[in-house]
Parts: sequence; structure tokens; C-alpha cells
Amino acid sequence: MKYLIFATHSDGVLNPATRRAVTAAAQTSTDITLLIAGAPRALADEAAAIAGVRNVLWTDDAAYADLLAEPTAALIAAQAKDFDTILAAATAEAKAILPRVSALLDMPMLSEVTKILDDETFERPVYAGSLIATIKCPGRKCITVRGISFAPAGTQPPAPVENIPSADAPAPTRFVSRNSQIATGRPALTDAKIVVSGGRGVATKEGFGKMEALADVLHAAVGASRAAVDGGMAPNECQVGQSGRTIAPEIYLAAGISGAIQHMAGIRDSRIIAAINKDPDAPIFSAADIGIVGDLHTIVPELTDILRQKQNA
Amino acid sequence: MKILVPVKRVIDSNVRVQIDASGTAARHDGIKHALNPFDETAVEAAVQLKEAGKADEIVAVTIGPDAAQETLRTALAMGADRALHIVTAQPAEPLAVAKILEKLCAEENPDLVLCGRQAIDDDSGQCGPMLAARLGWAQAVGASDIQLSGRDITVTCEVDTGTVTLTTTLPAVVSADLRLNQPRFVTLPGLMKAKRKPQAKRAAEDFGVDLRPHMTCLTLKEPPPRSAGKKYDTVAEFADAILAEIQK
Repeated sequence: MKYLIFATHSDGVLNPATRRAVTAAAQTSTDITLLIAGAPRALADEAAAIAGVRNVLWTDDAAYADLLAEPTAALIAAQAKDFDTILAAATAEAKAILPRVSALLDMPMLSEVTKILDDETFERPVYAGSLIATIKCPGRKCITVRGISFAPAGTQPPAPVENIPSADAPAPTRFVSRNSQIATGRPALTDAKIVVSGGRGVATKEGFGKMEALADVLHAAVGASRAAVDGGMAPNECQVGQSGRTIAPEIYLAAGISGAIQHMAGIRDSRIIAAINKDPDAPIFSAADIGIVGDLHTIVPELTDILRQKQNA
Repeated sequence: MKILVPVKRVIDSNVRVQIDASGTAARHDGIKHALNPFDETAVEAAVQLKEAGKADEIVAVTIGPDAAQETLRTALAMGADRALHIVTAQPAEPLAVAKILEKLCAEENPDLVLCGRQAIDDDSGQCGPMLAARLGWAQAVGASDIQLSGRDITVTCEVDTGTVTLTTTLPAVVSADLRLNQPRFVTLPGLMKAKRKPQAKRAAEDFGVDLRPHMTCLTLKEPPPRSAGKKYDTVAEFADAILAEIQK
């Protein structure tokens, strides 16, 4: 089974989910090629040093630098001839690009695969992760994998890097700008061991400041429910849930989050869920390992103080 | 300017989904269904463009069983002008849906296809970009803002690290994130008007697309359950419990 893995990158950094995608492919294959486009040679070399990668196909053509779907999909399709499966971690870029590749090559696609049982059999979440489907899909296909379901692959002496030509394809879309409000110094949401997350109950941006103070003390990433983002309390890149990020931290601390199915979809695989909510019947308490009923506006600052004192002790 | 809005009938998002007797599909009989929330957002966006004088006609299309009729009625009640029901007994896979819509686009010649980012049952998020590729059109996935000026369209897309803004010219396929707008409620006058709007019905087989599935669902099961843990009375105890877990 020959795998072609599409690697994403931004701001000169290889997306860490790429290592997880390699692990996914390595479940059933040793024949793994990585494709990286619109990136400097240094990133291609980094990709070549991911354990399990046989070779890397690379172009630094600036046309692919922003990973616009139309030209990037055409490039992948042009390289796909000898490969059985085109795979990528389910990043936002891959979700826009891989279905295009699928359609160009007339192949079916499986999204957000969480387990690869064999070359033809996969598990993936459906209905906001409330059910897991085991799907049989023989033949050539495209797959996106849920990064958190696979451990990051280690390193190896660098495999060969081959320069590939750009694909001759229309590029009808122009990149205008990128907007990111992630605070520097905090761990990335999908990789953090601890995530502190606020929901509707946080009520205001000032209230969210209390969540951020708690996150700082715990060296945690900050998450948010859709309601919190819609309410302007947190930026959308913090959003966790069915149509936001899916994460699996060691500890997920939710304050003012009721625990609706759509939010739980994003946090099911957390090792420990802790919840603060003033409603004792909030659905989140039926999934939380550690809970406290009360007003988060007093509990969160009190918790922050206690934890800070214990740290300094 | 004509907008095509594909819509899907799905199990209502508030329903706790159950597995049917076969163990390979969700239970649908007697279960509340609704217009896919992401598609509802797309319909709303189309109607807003029409109200702003930027679109002349909104065509809603669904590919589904007889009951999918009600989904079209909702779209018409929200403000779509015309509806097409492409009837299929078996659910069509995303690639088949894209191929049917491609054939439909050749007949209807829309300037813009506005769809939902994903269907909340399958959570695949494939149809929009697949259709764009089949048509050779530009695409924008996960729109939270759309600015249309003549044939120039600028879309802000929700991505993992924030947002990305892209610009292109019509025709294009744009898939909507929930953040794009707040869909209007369907009113009784809207529903009454909907009954008088043109609706057509065709068989999926008529489009000459291979509808045979590539995939089979072997089993459907619940994920490992999470059970309720312990509720603490004081913040100090709550803090200790958390610290104990951090140290593990």
C-alpha cells in the first residue's frame, strides 16, 4: 500500500500533525512518501527526518506558499498516479484540499479517521462523535486522519528529497490576509497537556480574562465553546467542538460550559474532564471526572490563587 | 445572479442518536429530523444576498428520500425561490452528490453555489470542495463572512489558527461555517408562501451518475462511555483533585 501524505505548514513551520499522519500510515505500510509544497528546503529536510518516511516530494514554488486549495490539489493529483492512498492530518488546509484531490482523481474520501484497522477498514466518528462507524472502503482513496488519535512519529536519518515540478493548473483565488489572535507563550490547543476552557457562563471578555489567568498558572492552552466565541469572549481559534478543534489533553477544565453534544464532540478523548458550573444538572457533570457546582466568577479566581500559592510553596 | 443552495435532511441536532436494529445505521423511524444547521446558514446567506439586491434567484436542491421534501419546504419558507427534490432511496456518498450537483449546475448555470461546511450526521465536509473541483471552479471553505461586489467575492474562512481571507471571481463554491450568520426563524406566512413556490421532483438515476457506494458501514457503536465522577464542595478540594491528576 503506497501512501502519499500531504504535509501542511505555515509561517515556516511544519505542522506537528504531519508526524501523527505518518504514524497513521505506518499502521499498515512502510511505503510512505511525503509531499510538501510552497515551503523552503529546510522544511522538506525536516519532513524527510520523520521516522517512517521513505522519501519526500518537494517544491518551493511560491504559488503554493499559502496552500490555496485549487493549485495545491492539482499538484497532489498530478503526483498521485503511483499511490494507493492519499492521506493528510485533518487540518483546515487538508479539509479544503483533499476533497478536491478526491474529486479530481474520482476516488472516495474518508474524513477524520481515528483508527486504521487494515488497508480497507477504518473507524471514524459520526453524529458529532456520539457514534463510531467502522467503514470498509476498498481501492484507492483519500483519507484525512484525526491527529490526536495517533502518536507523533519519531525521527530518522533524513530520507531523500526530490524536487517536483509545479502543476500547470488555474489559480483563480487570491490570498488576501491571515488573522490569528493566539497569544504567544501559551501551548498550542491541540498539543497542550492542560486546557482551560470557557463557555457561555463566562459571559464577558473580562470574565474570560479570569480563564486566561488560570491558564497561565497551569501553563495551559485556552479553549472556548462556540457560544463563547460567538459572544466575542474568545477568538475562533480557541473553539473546541464538532465544528471547531477536537482535542485530547490530559486535563480539560471547563467553566460555564453546559456540555452539549456538539461541544463534547471536541473533548471526548480527554483523560480527565473537570467542570465548574452553577447548574448542578448541567450535562457536563455526567461526563466530568471532577466537578464543582458554583459561580465560576468566584471559583475560577479562587482556584487560580490556590494553585499559584501551591506552586510558590 | 443565481445561487444554488444544496440542503440536506439530517437527524435534529438535539436528538440523542440511536443505532437501528441492523447495527450499521442510525435509527431514523419516528425520529425528529431537520434542515442541516450548516445548510440553514447557507440558505440564510443566500436570502440575505437577494435582499441586498445582489442575487435574483435562489434555487434549493436536496438529494434524499421522500421525507426530504420537508427540508426544501423550510428553505423555501426562509426565502428560496424554487426547489428541486432529487429523489434517492439510498443515501448518496459525497462524491456521487458532487457529481449529481455538477450535472445540475450544467443545466441551471448558477453563479454561486452556497452550501454548508459539513452535514452534522456524517461530518465529512467533502461535497463543497468536491463539487468545486468537478466544475473547475474556485472554492472557499468554512465562510464566516462573504462580501460580494459584482462578480468579485471576498470570503473570510475559519481555519485552525484563526481566519484566512481569500478573494476570487464568480463562479465559485462557498461552504458556510455556522458563524456566517444567524438563520431566521421560519414564519407561518413564510410556510404559506412556500407552498405556492415552484417545486420539481426528479429521480437521482436520471442524472447518469454511478450511485453505487464505495463504502460500507460494518458496525456503528457508541464510543467508550464517560461516567460522572465526583463533585467537590469546596474550591480547595477541587484544586487538590486537579493537582493530583496533574501529577499522575
